[in-house]
Amino acid sequence: MNAENTQDQRQDQGQAELSLSGNQLLPQLVAHLREHRAKLRNEWASRIRDAHLLEAMTPQEMAAETTSVYDNYVEVLETGSVEALQHYARDLSERIIPRGVETHEVVGIVLLLRDVLARSLFEKYQRDFALLNQILDAYEPAANRIANTVAVSFVDERERVIRQQQDAIKELSTPVLPVRERLLILPIIGVLDSERARQLTEQLLSGIRTHRAKVVVIDITGAPDVDETVANHLVQTVDASRLMGASVIITGLSPTIAQTLVTIGVDLSKMNTIGDLQGGLEEAERLLGYTVTRKVVTDGS
Amino acid sequence: MNSGPALVSILRQGDTLVASVHTALDDSEMVRFQHDLVRQIGEHRARGIIIDVAALDVIDSFASRTLRSIADIARLRGAVTVIVGIQPDVAFAMVCLGMDMGEVPTALDLEEGLAYLSRLRGLGSSHG
Repeated sequence: MNAENTQDQRQDQGQAELSLSGNQLLPQLVAHLREHRAKLRNEWASRIRDAHLLEAMTPQEMAAETTSVYDNYVEVLETGSVEALQHYARDLSERIIPRGVETHEVVGIVLLLRDVLARSLFEKYQRDFALLNQILDAYEPAANRIANTVAVSFVDERERVIRQQQDAIKELSTPVLPVRERLLILPIIGVLDSERARQLTEQLLSGIRTHRAKVVVIDITGAPDVDETVANHLVQTVDASRLMGASVIITGLSPTIAQTLVTIGVDLSKMNTIGDLQGGLEEAERLLGYTVTRKVVTDGS
Repeated sequence: MNSGPALVSILRQGDTLVASVHTALDDSEMVRFQHDLVRQIGEHRARGIIIDVAALDVIDSFASRTLRSIADIARLRGAVTVIVGIQPDVAFAMVCLGMDMGEVPTALDLEEGLAYLSRLRGLGSSHG
């Protein structure tokens, strides 16, 4: 117990000492970085150019962004709070992600800045090795935190965008639309992977129950391609729908897909396929006993 | 063997028998259900049978085979069988496991099943 206590105390003291020295040294450090702001920022910018990073941005944008990153960086060193930087990094990521800036570039420029600043510290304190050591003790943890914060913010932002897009796709992907009593249409647009196919089945089968559908038209005009798994899944969906008392008409099989289906030997004997959506709807109406007639409209009435 | 509450109720509605399965049946209960139903087809001179499986969370291969043979036996005795009320996930699970109802017609629910039978009968009478 006693030994532990003394150890704790010693650690506390050690930390207090460190933060005390940090308190004294950081302002000095920050003042140095502020004083040489223009020179260091230019050096940094030229290093970025040499490394061919952020080439998606114009020189003017680069100048503006590097200046604000530099100022934010120094501010974090001064205050020790990464919140403002976090906010700035998110904001920056939001602007540059759509332009195709990669994670390695963002991390790369922050590490370059860290390097440029560290070198300038070496240069300034090269004569006093002990002081240099203390300065680095104060600088390194903060610099690491900054690099971490920027990288995490960037990745977070990118993940947020990806999640948002996934949700959007999910919502868009499989609308089950009632067109007449007992008749559902399921247009499939875009690539049909097995996750989407699974979701489609789920929504279709529950749609059949809620709308008490007897006929379902699945239109795959908008699907560029299907693989064997998805094709088989489609067949299973048709069979499952039949078990629930609904017949399925598939329309809009492109020549490519039709060929694929035949080549991979999917059993299509039980599938009711019709060339296009219009034909499919007409067939569905026939099955349901609807007759659609066009009213003759006379001029001027 | 025939003890306990009825797991399946078999009701007569005109010349149609409506069999509702209330709970999951094990294999021997399934066989007992098959015997009961087949016997009643003769007793009631039924022309149509509706088997409502809406309460089932699982239809395994034995159950689906039994349902198919009930339909085959009923056909031999002059009645048409419709299976109704297969739940969406049950339907998909059955298809994934390679089971189907063969030639046995299926419908969404009891109402649809009755409509299907009366449509068949309408066709029959217009022909005969």
